[in-house]
Amino acid sequence: MAEVIVVTSGKGGVGKTTSSAALGTGLALKGYRTVVVDFDVGLRNLDLIMGCERRVVYDLVNVVKEEALLHQALIKDKRLENLFVLPASQTRDKDALDLAGVEKVIEELKTSFDYIICDSPAGIEKGAMMALYFADRAIVVTNPEVSSVRDSDRILGILASKSKRAEEKREPIREHLLVTRYSATRVERGDMLSLEDIEDLLAIPLLGVIPESQAVLRASNSGIPVTFDQESDAGQAYLDAIDRFLGHKVPMRFITTKKKGLLQRLFKSKAEETS
Amino acid sequence: MSLIDLLFRKNKPSSASTAKERLQIIISHERTRQSQPDLINQMQAEILSVIAKYLDIPSDKIQDQVKVDVERRGEHSVLELNITLPDSCT
Ligand SMILES: Nc1ncnc2c1ncn2[C@@H]1O[C@H](COP(=O)(O)OP(=O)(O)O)[C@@H](O)[C@H]1O
Ligand SMILES: [Mg+2]
Repeated sequence: MAEVIVVTSGKGGVGKTTSSAALGTGLALKGYRTVVVDFDVGLRNLDLIMGCERRVVYDLVNVVKEEALLHQALIKDKRLENLFVLPASQTRDKDALDLAGVEKVIEELKTSFDYIICDSPAGIEKGAMMALYFADRAIVVTNPEVSSVRDSDRILGILASKSKRAEEKREPIREHLLVTRYSATRVERGDMLSLEDIEDLLAIPLLGVIPESQAVLRASNSGIPVTFDQESDAGQAYLDAIDRFLGHKVPMRFITTKKKGLLQRLFKSKAEETS
Repeated sequence: MSLIDLLFRKNKPSSASTAKERLQIIISHERTRQSQPDLINQMQAEILSVIAKYLDIPSDKIQDQVKVDVERRGEHSVLELNITLPDSCT
């Protein structure tokens, strides 16, 4: 059975597109037929992150408006047989998408894909609603920062009340928390909300923690999703998250600093002696 | 807690813990507001009108003397009713 997954957050710039590309790539690496759909109409970017920007001919809006067939708009990944991108359009028309049209496209995608990943635009307006409305599962991308956590909570409220599943009173959307741009060093210094803090506040199951990583910018520079960089911390963290998404138990990594500073070790051992 | 924590942190809360406290308050407030269905609002209005029927509170004062709040505490919601009785009643 095909599953529709929305990658959402409320706030912009937290890592939705990075995560959509990385998770889509990871699911395809695991052998699933996967399509990543860019719902950020007007601000198309997923194509750049996935390195297929020069092959965009038709887009989601063309398909919804029946100006192109779905298979004409789908772009096959250069590296993976079973990975596809459905780009967003660059139109500034806010009403370019409508629910009925989007539903038709999603239903058609369901017949040939295992996973349909919807990369949501920021905000809680129409575009974000379109991306989340048909979801079976939601990945809520959150940064360890006050406005991101608050916006994630708003989005959780919307998932629970405004989605198709909610309106039809079916089993609710399965929610997953993905914390990105996490810095264990800053958390240990007390400058950044910790993982426990965020889990406490949002109270949904944790899918993964992606560290703040230089590999992400490198990946976007070259248009190769960070999941391919399996040497990198972020690449490994995304692969772990995918394993968990598929139901495997994998311990969290990159959530503590590896080495304690000399000073800290010194004090720590003294403290242990005296206690 | 290590000694270094005691030395540098105890006297001043970290900015992360301030952030968490602020978020706890605003999130619980916003969840209450969002989950407050129209039914509760109607009930509030009716409670106010019943009170106005029995107590002589001018309608422009009623908002100050009668406070109806719905608050979420953990698993359940609490409907809190605070009525300041006018002197004539006591
Ligand atoms: N784990 C990370 N480490 C470092 N930079 C990141 C990380 N995740 C995302 N970024 C950067 O943050 C910015 C916003 O990411 P993006 O995925 O476009 O967010 P969104 O789609 O939510 O607006 C980009 O410049 C991206 O490279
Ligand atoms: Mg984006």
